[in-house]
Amino acid sequence: MFNKILIGRFIPGHSLVHRLDARVKLIVSIAFIFVIFLATSWPSYLWASAFTLLVVMMTGLGLRVYLRGIRPLIYLMLFTTALQILFVTTGPIWWQWGWLKITEDGVVNGIAIFIRFLLIILISTVLTLTTAPLDLADAMEQLLQPLKKIGVPVAELALMLSIALRFIPTLLDEAEKIVNAQRARGVRFNEGNLLQRVKAFVPVLIPLFINAIKRAIELGDAMEARGYRGDVERTKYRQHHWQINDTVALLSFIIFSCALAWLRYIFG
Amino acid sequence: MEKIIEIKNLTYAYPNQTKAALQNLSLTVNRGAWVALIGHNGSGKSTLAKLLNHLLTPSDGQILIDQIPVDDEHVDVIRNRVGMVFQNPDNQFVGATVADDVAFGLENRQMPHAQMQERVQMVLEEVHMWEFAEREPAHLSGGQKQRVAIASALAIEPQILILDEATAMLDPKGRFEMMEEVRQLKADLGPDLTVISITHDIDEAASADQVIVLNDGQLVETGTPDEIFTDAQKLQALGLDVPFAEQLKAKLAARGVAVPTQYETMEGMAEWIWQLISKK
Repeated sequence: MFNKILIGRFIPGHSLVHRLDARVKLIVSIAFIFVIFLATSWPSYLWASAFTLLVVMMTGLGLRVYLRGIRPLIYLMLFTTALQILFVTTGPIWWQWGWLKITEDGVVNGIAIFIRFLLIILISTVLTLTTAPLDLADAMEQLLQPLKKIGVPVAELALMLSIALRFIPTLLDEAEKIVNAQRARGVRFNEGNLLQRVKAFVPVLIPLFINAIKRAIELGDAMEARGYRGDVERTKYRQHHWQINDTVALLSFIIFSCALAWLRYIFG
Repeated sequence: MEKIIEIKNLTYAYPNQTKAALQNLSLTVNRGAWVALIGHNGSGKSTLAKLLNHLLTPSDGQILIDQIPVDDEHVDVIRNRVGMVFQNPDNQFVGATVADDVAFGLENRQMPHAQMQERVQMVLEEVHMWEFAEREPAHLSGGQKQRVAIASALAIEPQILILDEATAMLDPKGRFEMMEEVRQLKADLGPDLTVISITHDIDEAASADQVIVLNDGQLVETGTPDEIFTDAQKLQALGLDVPFAEQLKAKLAARGVAVPTQYETMEGMAEWIWQLISKK
């Protein structure tokens, strides 16, 4: 029942993209969301799509994996595209029915939005498919370091995140055990209407929460016993070394972005 | 013998409870000893363990570890001397991988990275878990997780290792392997490591150097296993088991066999039975 829930969707591998520092991948993925707005003409969309496809191919993971990543968002994409098509009303009219009209500008805008959306999803899927959740948490901690100066407890947040990630499988196991225990006592989880099904889960959630709190208390003791005290600086066992590949990847992205800006300048 | 732990008139009551979990407890433990702490559920064993590491603060009385008082002021020094392994293998696994978990205590002590790597490898090799260094806890058995917990405790090179019912949630095989691991460590470190094992396993307690019996928060008695375990009736009255060798002796005596009167370990009993058979 619970093993269907994929966590993080990380697929281990040895491709160039897998081996990149999580910080590079995180920076590029976030920057891409903004940079993509420089694309306004067909040549620039072509250029952005080529870049994205190249990155996707370099991960060495089949296209099918990516399609699975897109599927949950497809309705959102279609909805946004439909809104653009229906509500951009400038340009030559192609079709009209009452106050509804589809115009050339609307269709062009709609397709543009669809492509942008698709590319952003593909790039962020690359990030989550090729980066272990823990490395991603470390990367976030390092990129958020500057916030320490304004009093954000970055190290504590990162430790919380890594402990949360570490306990996901433990809690899923426990949930499964509780479900089985309830089933053995005659509870039926997959029958009845939605309300009944939701209700059947209440006796699963309560013991799960109580146990989670118990675990947290014991974990707190274990952490203190090993000398943890939130108020002092800690050294890090896990270290990430910025390599030549990482610099090359970042430079490639900067070149890509400059080219995109140049295309905008030429084609408007 | 040098004393490593001195407990003087220790009393502890949990907040909002009138009855003290530990009452006026006084005892000493010698450096390098293997001490078994026994008593039925709720006798105050785990409370005592937590007091030794200053996870709890005594209501009254004093604890000295290596001549250092256990209090707020010395808490860091104390926790460098006392390593703990708890009962639940999952709830003490802090790191995302085996190596991260062992490193947690070292990170807390701001150990430089190079030294940390060396130390992590060393202790993981000691408990035969180095090949699992990159594994996540979800892919380890309970026994393996507990061995990691031992490694994590040992990483800070403590003088005292407290096992708080550390084998209680393991299957017999995991329990056996874990205790073998601790015995091996104890044999290697000798007087540099004092082991305090809180246990329900009376056969394990029978092989300790010193046994402490607690009941309802009070010290019943403390002594060598042969002093404690020969009084089977008293142990049973406290709701405790009697070691297998003693049970065997009682059953043989009931059948009219003349059994040795002094305390015997399992090996001692086996030896004695061999002698008995060969005499016939």
